Amino acid sequence: MAVLDAPKIVSLRAEFSDSHTLTRYLATGGYEGLRKALSMTPEAVAAEVDAASLLGRGGAGFPAGRKWSMLRKAPTSYLVINGDESEPATFKDHYLVERDPHQLVEGVTIAAYALQVNQAFIYLRGEFALGLERVQQALNEAYEHGALGQNIFGSNFSLDIVVHPGAGAYICGEETSLIEALEGKRGFPRIKPPFFPAAIGLYGEPTVVNNVETMSNLPWIVTHGGAAFAALGVGRSTGTRLFALSGRVNNPGMFELEMVKNTFRDLIFDPALGGGIPGDRKLKAFIPGGVSAPWFGPDELDLALGQDEVAAKASMLGSGSVVVFDEDTCAVRAAWRITKFFSRESCGQCTPCREGSGWLERIMFRLEHGGGRREDLDLLLDLCDNIAPGLGWPPQQTTICVLGSSIPSSIHSALTMFRDEFLAHVTNDGCTHG
Amino acid sequence: MADSTETRTTVTVTVNGRAVEAQPGEMLIEVAERAGTYIPRFCYHPRMESVGVCRMCLVEVDGPRGATLQPSCFVGCTDGMVVTTDSEKVKKAQDGVLEFLLANHPLDCPVCDKGGECPLQDQTLAHGSGETRFIEEKRHFAKPISIGELVLLDRERCIQCSRCTRFAAEVAGDAAIDFAGRGDQIEVAPFPTEPFDSVFSGNTVQICPVGALTAKPYRFAARPWDLDQVESTCTTCAVGCRVAVQSSGNRLTRVLGVDSDPVNHGWLCDKGRFVIDAIDAEDTSGDVSDPTSRIREPLVRRDGVLVPVSWGEALGEAARIIREATATSPDGFGAIGGAALTNEGAFAFERLLRGVVGTENIDAQYGDGLDPVLLSAIPRATIDEAAHACTVVVLSGDLREELPILFLRLRESAVKGRTNIIELATGANSLRSLSRVTLPTRPGEAHIVARAIAGDSSALAQLGTHPQGAAFSDADLEDARRLLGDTGEGVVFIVGRPNAAESAAVIESAIRTFVAEYPQARFLPTLRRGNIFGALDMGLAPGLRPGRTAGARGRSTIEQLRALTSGEQTAVMILGGDVLANVPDRALATSALAAARVIAVTGHGGPTTAAADVVLPASVTHERFGTVTNIEGRVTAVAAKLVAPGAAWSDVAIASELAEELGQTLGLDSVEATSVAIESTTGYPATSVVSEGAVEGRVVGRADLTSPRRALDPIAFPGIRSADLVGLAPRAGAVEEPVASSTAALAPVTMADTPEQPVPSIALADAYALRVVATRRLYDRGDAVQGTAALRPLVPATVVSAHSYDLNRLGVTTGDVVRATTPRGSFDVTVRVDDDVVRGTAEMHLNTVTTDGVDVVGTYVIDADAIVTEIRLESR
Amino acid sequence: MSHFRPELRQRAEETVALYPERRSAMLPLLHLAQEQDGYLTDEGMIEVAELTGTTPAEVRGTAAFYDMFHLEPVGKYVVGVCTNIACLLAGGEELLAHASETLGCAVGATSADGLFTLEETECLADCNIAPCVQVNHRFVRTTTPDALDALVADLRDGKREDEIPPHGTLIRVKRSGGLRVSRQQIADERTRERAAREERTAKEGQ
Ligand SMILES: Cc1cc2nc3c(=O)[nH]c(=O)nc-3n(C[C@H](O)[C@H](O)[C@H](O)COP(=O)(O)O)c2cc1C
Ligand code: SF4
Ligand code: FES
Repeated sequence: MAVLDAPKIVSLRAEFSDSHTLTRYLATGGYEGLRKALSMTPEAVAAEVDAASLLGRGGAGFPAGRKWSMLRKAPTSYLVINGDESEPATFKDHYLVERDPHQLVEGVTIAAYALQVNQAFIYLRGEFALGLERVQQALNEAYEHGALGQNIFGSNFSLDIVVHPGAGAYICGEETSLIEALEGKRGFPRIKPPFFPAAIGLYGEPTVVNNVETMSNLPWIVTHGGAAFAALGVGRSTGTRLFALSGRVNNPGMFELEMVKNTFRDLIFDPALGGGIPGDRKLKAFIPGGVSAPWFGPDELDLALGQDEVAAKASMLGSGSVVVFDEDTCAVRAAWRITKFFSRESCGQCTPCREGSGWLERIMFRLEHGGGRREDLDLLLDLCDNIAPGLGWPPQQTTICVLGSSIPSSIHSALTMFRDEFLAHVTNDGCTHG
Repeated sequence: MADSTETRTTVTVTVNGRAVEAQPGEMLIEVAERAGTYIPRFCYHPRMESVGVCRMCLVEVDGPRGATLQPSCFVGCTDGMVVTTDSEKVKKAQDGVLEFLLANHPLDCPVCDKGGECPLQDQTLAHGSGETRFIEEKRHFAKPISIGELVLLDRERCIQCSRCTRFAAEVAGDAAIDFAGRGDQIEVAPFPTEPFDSVFSGNTVQICPVGALTAKPYRFAARPWDLDQVESTCTTCAVGCRVAVQSSGNRLTRVLGVDSDPVNHGWLCDKGRFVIDAIDAEDTSGDVSDPTSRIREPLVRRDGVLVPVSWGEALGEAARIIREATATSPDGFGAIGGAALTNEGAFAFERLLRGVVGTENIDAQYGDGLDPVLLSAIPRATIDEAAHACTVVVLSGDLREELPILFLRLRESAVKGRTNIIELATGANSLRSLSRVTLPTRPGEAHIVARAIAGDSSALAQLGTHPQGAAFSDADLEDARRLLGDTGEGVVFIVGRPNAAESAAVIESAIRTFVAEYPQARFLPTLRRGNIFGALDMGLAPGLRPGRTAGARGRSTIEQLRALTSGEQTAVMILGGDVLANVPDRALATSALAAARVIAVTGHGGPTTAAADVVLPASVTHERFGTVTNIEGRVTAVAAKLVAPGAAWSDVAIASELAEELGQTLGLDSVEATSVAIESTTGYPATSVVSEGAVEGRVVGRADLTSPRRALDPIAFPGIRSADLVGLAPRAGAVEEPVASSTAALAPVTMADTPEQPVPSIALADAYALRVVATRRLYDRGDAVQGTAALRPLVPATVVSAHSYDLNRLGVTTGDVVRATTPRGSFDVTVRVDDDVVRGTAEMHLNTVTTDGVDVVGTYVIDADAIVTEIRLESR
Repeated sequence: MSHFRPELRQRAEETVALYPERRSAMLPLLHLAQEQDGYLTDEGMIEVAELTGTTPAEVRGTAAFYDMFHLEPVGKYVVGVCTNIACLLAGGEELLAHASETLGCAVGATSADGLFTLEETECLADCNIAPCVQVNHRFVRTTTPDALDALVADLRDGKREDEIPPHGTLIRVKRSGGLRVSRQQIADERTRERAAREERTAKEGQ
């Protein structure tokens, strides 16, 4: 049975229709965390976050506290919030910015205080028109309320936050690409090293980039203490997380669950959560953490929803989005569509990513729509191997950013798990599913 | 990068088991190459920042997480680094990248201009599997589209290495092309209404590693394997870029930049690159007034028409003109021009004119330059010194228009923060946005501004109060003074003639102030014409003798033109170059030529040739051996790639034969003999030392300043295969055993030889007159551009540009036609608002024409006698 | 002469002032240019180049990287239907095909009356209400062909203009002011904080 007794940390106000307003926010404990933070030293705030073991919610899962402390040696110049959320089947940040923008603003302000940064940017996906308006509204209200601007709540700390609208490019979620976009350029990820924008970030200055959900956890952490957060979950995976469930389930949606305490089976089948598969069809496979992640079959349903637990099985929890395939789902079609996504979203800098994604997509298209050849199966694998040598997990990189090395995952998963289906596509000259 | 690591010691890296020494942080790709391991590449270019996008150069680097694939063009060497470039894993990764690059690349090598010299083709032949696994439809774009006047783009061939876009943004600083789109739809594109007409556009064609960018003038002109090539020096301007000159048959087909460390870093401007037709030896149009026509036979005027004659007859006629003109005094004769000659040709003519004819009236400049003695006396800087100076002061015309590659070198140092630029801004200038301090300077004021900079507190008062407002603030002046320091140590002054409508005396006075006040500073003069510095060094100037030594002062060009008009001088010899197009005061030149007997030594037709009485056909650039000297005094070899047409002779031969005709012997039987004579009589470096190929020329008077030649990198500059240095054959032991008994040491003129000339004071302009700044454009109506079909459309029409403050008062704006009046007359001209033009001045371009076809600047504006020229604009 | 109308020009200048470097305002200004013209006109991009200190080629090149910027005219309503994985599993492709029929234009094209442009989008981050549809980047949550047809009818009748402004208008909530923290203040605050921190560390050390 699913474990559902953990406190709601970031989706507390979900039940209210006016959850985005300052009134509702203040009525539900809003800005208390910030007031408390301002009464502490910046180091003490950072220490709470460190103690909370808050893993970044943007996909890579790097501990926020560690990221900050890497920077506290030299003064940080900018704090940048990653709200680009374009990872397929991920929709938690969309929810957070539309439904609880003040929580984000408060979290950002707490982080800025801990880092002693005076200008922060919230980069929001351009397609979130309502989210952009809600966050702007929240900022306006926060300035008015004294929670932002000069001498916040009478402290000596001042901060400006600027909302920066994206314009439709998945790659801008990659943090160095996001910084380029924030500098007014095309979103070409920067070549590493340096490996973190911490060293050379926005305008060449030390910069912290954190995800929207990561920030939204901060008011609760400061209010209740890092230890309380760390008491939830298991091991490194602490607190709660927003899991986005989609695909062939009865009750797709977003669920805030305590880390590690539940399994994929709970998430997908528990009546309070996913509610199982329509028509009680069989589960064929699921993607555990965004389309870059290798797929799991029914065998892995009892795996716990934790970062290290999933990593141990050679995949990733990533952005916490789970996509369910039922027995009627065509694996070739699914892998083709994911490859098409990468091909459309490759920034185009690196040859293997730019050309490889397009080539793979066209082969997969033929397999799915007719014209597939038997030798295409080996060709697919060899091309995948040229993009991510060895096809292991985590993948080896031949490209500047990990988008490139993520391309092979779905094809490799599909081919390994459902090779027969590929062969049937060749034999039937196209898809065999309805 | 090297700057910050110089103090540290070297590191050792292991490449395929072999230990190699490297600078810390030096790029692996370079270090491996030095160790004999060539790593394939496409996007990497040694003259630009690494971006590591093509991923062709992946190698294995051992690290904490085992060996990983890393782009060797982006990995800096650290001590103990272990690198493998020949493992199976590396090979598979590189082959994979190559296969990906070829996936969408069209199979049109047989019709591609790059075929035969294409890095992609070469790597494919070297490493490719030979069979394609890509059976999908390739990416389609419309086949070549024109993206500028000179450049075509075939987007299907593009491999997105970004060399061209990076060149435009990073090196040239005018991002007129950029990547558009995303993923495999990325294309290089200009803005629809603003074509890619950068003056450096040809470089993008040269560094494109495939055939995506091609040059219109070269398209289908030749196949690489048909081409012969030699290395030479570009003489289109005085920077002296190293070039590979390629021909097919006896036709010039292409000029490519060769990477020379001290000079051009491989880059060329489009004028230097594309001025090809103008030299074309195949042209037979025969119209002597046409600048594109070649002179193939000696001509003599008979009954008013120029008719072909034998060399003997022509030389006889020329000698007769000279004898008649010098019958009473050698002063009755003189010579104008010489910047188009080689050093050897210039020396031979100097010997003829001074030694045989006895005249001192010799001038290679056209009245638009500076005092040659002053230029020879100031301590000369090299281009490298200017590009590494802590502070550079610019008092010159727009360098991007006049000496484009010098502009690139300075731009690089300013962008990288090495150099602070102080600009005495006389007009709009491409360095403006890079300058630390801009001191707007109106015509007739540079000498005063110079004194103010040097600390003369009374100087500013002399600037008076202009109705158009103060030109610069005290704070700017203070900034400039701080950057210059007390002695000028580490400072380079870049000095030229920023305005042809202002007396040279103004600029010369400013230079003298700088020389006196900043004894440690060096100077880089920016005279512009091809081998002008060689000509001055060989004594083709009033007051100078070969080897920058002092001599009696004869008439300058302007003085000769006046003397010809008045009859004091009756004949003149024109040494290459069209006088009418080159002397800014067109009226003076026209009347002088009409009155004079003219001997033209030239390879081309043109108005001056058509006005001559005797025309002696000479070989021109790319048709002759010898040396030339650039702005910094660097002597490099020029090579003959073509055979001169018809009966044309070398300049040395023409001078020698004319001397014989006049009854004397120069003793200069060949170009080689001339170079020996130059070296032994003046100590000036000659061909023997530059043709050995190990160094990039010799700098006059600075024997210690030698730069070793760079190794050729065919991927950095595709198309240059061997670029043999074909100069004069090295003379064995020449330096040790000079022909003359003693090698004369170079004892150049000093500042004492060029005393201060007072600048006459000028009345302040009234509130509505503007002072004219007449500047040069790279593309103008000069021979080179007019002779080249591809460049002719790039010549702008004459407009008058002024600050919005001044034009608003008149109620006119960009595009309006106004009535302009100068002391010489009135004319109509279009105005353009340009707030980079100094208030109270009006900028116009020399040697261009209005839409009515009139050279209003040469006709109405320039007055060789005036200190400054004022113009009044009225709305019509 | 400004191509932007005065109100937008002022907003553009205010936007530029929010960033430490002018070029950073590129994306917001391009959105403003689209708000004015419905798509990116040459004149609009030239003005953005001027405001951001870049060349028009750079502006166009940057704009062309991003899906939301249109270099060609588009309809008053840009309808996006997602076909990415979650929506694919919920019938996104079928809904897209239906939309094409209803609007009478192919994917990527504009209807004859110039009112609609249809696009196939990547994941729009609303996967629990799949297939996901946006009009001018507003989530309309019409997951069935019938609901989509009703929406299109409403739009044709001009019924939802309050909720869905014409294409190009992205953010209708204006920022309530410029930056409040001056650069000087930031520098001072930094110095103060550094001193305070040193003091605290020193104390801890004791
Ligand atoms: C291709 C790619 C896309 C990404 N997209 C997002 C995104 O949409 N949102 C996000 O927060 N992080 C995204 N990331 C991760 C960011 O690079 C970065 O790790 C994250 O924003 C850091 O925040 P966190 O530490 O709070 O998780 C992406 C990474 C890659 C490589
Ligand atoms: S891997 Fe792909 S998306 Fe990432 S930088 Fe390279 S081309 Fe761009
Ligand atoms: S990535 Fe190194 S040469 Fe292109």
